[in-house]
Amino acid sequence: MSLFDDISGVITGMWTTWKHIFRRPVTIQYPEEKRQPSPRYRARIILTRDPDGGERCVACYLCSAACPVDCISMQAGERDNGRRFAVWFRINFSRCIFCGLCAEACPTMAIQMTPDYEICQRDIMELLYEKEDLLVNHCGKEPEYNFYRHAGIGITQPRGEGDGERPPVDVRGLLP
Amino acid sequence: MTMVPLHILAALLKVSVILVAILTLAAYMVFAERRLLAWIQDRKGPNRVGPFGLLQPLADLIKLLAKEDFCPPAGDKWLFYLAPAMAAIPAIVTFALVPVGAPVDLFGTVVDLQIVDLNVGLLLFLALSSIAVYGVALGGWASNSKYALLGSIRGLAQLISYELSMGLSLVPVVMLARSVRLSEIVSAQAGVWFIVYQPLAFLIFLLSILAECKRIPFDLPEAEGELVAGFHTEYSGMRFGLFFVGEYINIIVLGGLASTFFLGGWHGPLLPPVVWFTLKTLSFAFLFIWLRGTLPRLRYDQLMHLGWKLLTPLALVNILVTAWWLYLKG
Repeated sequence: MSLFDDISGVITGMWTTWKHIFRRPVTIQYPEEKRQPSPRYRARIILTRDPDGGERCVACYLCSAACPVDCISMQAGERDNGRRFAVWFRINFSRCIFCGLCAEACPTMAIQMTPDYEICQRDIMELLYEKEDLLVNHCGKEPEYNFYRHAGIGITQPRGEGDGERPPVDVRGLLP
Repeated sequence: MTMVPLHILAALLKVSVILVAILTLAAYMVFAERRLLAWIQDRKGPNRVGPFGLLQPLADLIKLLAKEDFCPPAGDKWLFYLAPAMAAIPAIVTFALVPVGAPVDLFGTVVDLQIVDLNVGLLLFLALSSIAVYGVALGGWASNSKYALLGSIRGLAQLISYELSMGLSLVPVVMLARSVRLSEIVSAQAGVWFIVYQPLAFLIFLLSILAECKRIPFDLPEAEGELVAGFHTEYSGMRFGLFFVGEYINIIVLGGLASTFFLGGWHGPLLPPVVWFTLKTLSFAFLFIWLRGTLPRLRYDQLMHLGWKLLTPLALVNILVTAWWLYLKG
């Protein structure tokens, strides 16, 4: 009977809400207690260094191209030893949506996301992070990775001396 | 000191105590509602202002008083300014009829804990509850806004559908108590509460006062999801606050009246009468908040259907059955 169904429906609903009155709230009282974000949480962006201490960033502009809100800008340069680097590197965090596409696009693992989500500022200009604000003194999530050990042929090592690389075969020496 | 000044003093005291108590209670009803709804939804609710957020009503009051008092340029200025008072005052006046506790002995004179004990108390309550809808209707009309007008039209349609069943559900109470005087209705329930004889009438009255308070599931005149804020869309500042507080005063008043008509008013064992009355009234307030946390809003035609096709015929049948039973009893 429809009336009976209606009444039992209301009573079931009220029983459910009654139980929820005594349930512990899920609220986290933010300034006093803080949620521990997961290690892969995507927040403030950093520029990491390789294990040797050199800047990983080679100013390839891939992060800037991948950024959907165009908040990354830089100027490429080349050092005397042939390593590319960013003369200046700027991330506008007032625009950044923390999507992580820049970190995905980065071929050298230089640009990485950290779980530090508390980057509010009173003045919007303080959200403009320059290279010295972004550059850190550690390797981030990839402690062993060194881009130049894989691809730095002719700059940091001769051909065949990179990681997981065998010395080049002398093709003439293989002749019968 | 003669007898007359003492009576006047007692009346003034009663009026001021009840006015202050009811306004404070209404303000804290808002707070209690926000906390309870939060708990129902696994949240914490307002807990920042004062210990446990207990000063939140004060903060809200300051905020509302500090806001701009805006009247739409195309609106009817006088009606617009008058409507909130027309919504809130009948609710407060109705409480004058409610017997809050047993008569007490004050310096040798017996003082009723009731501001006025009218011999047409129940009729005046019905009249005042009808007048209260003028605030809604005129507020929406004077705003000169589509949403407000739709809200007040709904308010009027809702009034017609629930008021008949509300009046009819009170007829068995009058038949049992043989009086429309509220103090006599209460004293008729000294032995058995009327809810035992009239559970159906109680349910009909409960649904009708839910509609009268414009509470979920019958909050069609406000209907945030459909009409922005219904009849008080254009109101701001303390005029909005008056509508808002009027709604909560209405809950307390109608809760008090429901306990007067069906739950024996201030009658009850062990505890003092005033405490019993307060407990019963607040349990209605709790029920209303709980229902709000549970039920969705009815559709316009569903309310009409409920009022005209279900509650009114049921109330009529209930009257007939009660009359037959009273006739057999002699």
